[in-house]
Amino acid sequence: MSDTRHVAAGPAGAAQAPPRPQVQVVPLRGLPVVAAVVVFVVVSIAGNWRWALTFSHVVGGALWTAIDLFVGLIIGPILGRLSIAARTEFAARFMPKMVLLMPTLVLMTLAAGFQLALLEGNLAPSSPNHAWLVASYCVVGVMAVIALGVLEPANIAVLVEMRKARPDGEIIARLMKRFVFTAGITGVMQVATLIIMTRVASR
Amino acid sequence: MITEPGPAGAPVRRFPPVAELTTVSLAAVVVGGILLASYVPRRPPLGLPTALACVGAALVVASVYLLSRLRDFAWDRFFVVFRWALLAYVISAAMIGFAFVRDHTRGAPLALVALMLVIFAADVPLIIAFTVARYSSPPHSVR
Repeated sequence: MSDTRHVAAGPAGAAQAPPRPQVQVVPLRGLPVVAAVVVFVVVSIAGNWRWALTFSHVVGGALWTAIDLFVGLIIGPILGRLSIAARTEFAARFMPKMVLLMPTLVLMTLAAGFQLALLEGNLAPSSPNHAWLVASYCVVGVMAVIALGVLEPANIAVLVEMRKARPDGEIIARLMKRFVFTAGITGVMQVATLIIMTRVASR
Repeated sequence: MITEPGPAGAPVRRFPPVAELTTVSLAAVVVGGILLASYVPRRPPLGLPTALACVGAALVVASVYLLSRLRDFAWDRFFVVFRWALLAYVISAAMIGFAFVRDHTRGAPLALVALMLVIFAADVPLIIAFTVARYSSPPHSVR
């Protein structure tokens, strides 16, 4: 998805500053893919299509967990040590992709996972997995509040700030710090998800 | 609007706690949703989830009230972001609602789920749009 392109600097600015990337907040080319994933998950749930539900849950969950861990524990600390200009350059290319990718993966994983658990009887109170699933709801609930209440607004605010004629580096740095910190928290919480899901799968 | 000098001497505008209140509202409906989901496929007790939904609704109403009193606010930017985020989160909420309907949730529990989903679908766009618009409002009003 090529959601960034360079804007030629004006004659006066050409010598001093490198061209600034023009930011597209939502990469429009990705929307058909998101729509296809949503339709696939809805059809899987409506038809109780076990393979498709397992595929959506495992693939979505693996990507979600891996990306959260990678961004939170690897990319985040590196990003925190870069200069504001480097962070801005990276964020202009990275964050628009996250705007579409993460909510899609989360939706895919949770919707398919809930239906799969119901289908396999794991939601029944007598199931040995019931308590583990409730624990996973709690972990996901905390991550959802952090991601939707703090991380995603910061992500979109950074992108909108970058689209301004004169972006405020201090605002971008402050919002990026918030993004990196919350991504770290959700990354660590994904370890709990891994423990819970491997327990559920091995019973 | 409260304006005070920041660390570098630049004016820092303090906004009412719209994002904070709305995030607590979101947390209330998420906890209520977890309580309801943990009882599926049985009929859940509705007392605590109803109380949480009411807290969530009250907080989002309080946020909207505080927001409506703001002056010198980037309303154009707020509404652009709110509209698109609302579209995205209505689709998300509809999918969650569909899963509950598909799993034979009916009557009062379904009504409660629907109320929580409405609050959820309003909360997230409100937080995103407010966060974006506050940095496009004076003193950061460079468009």
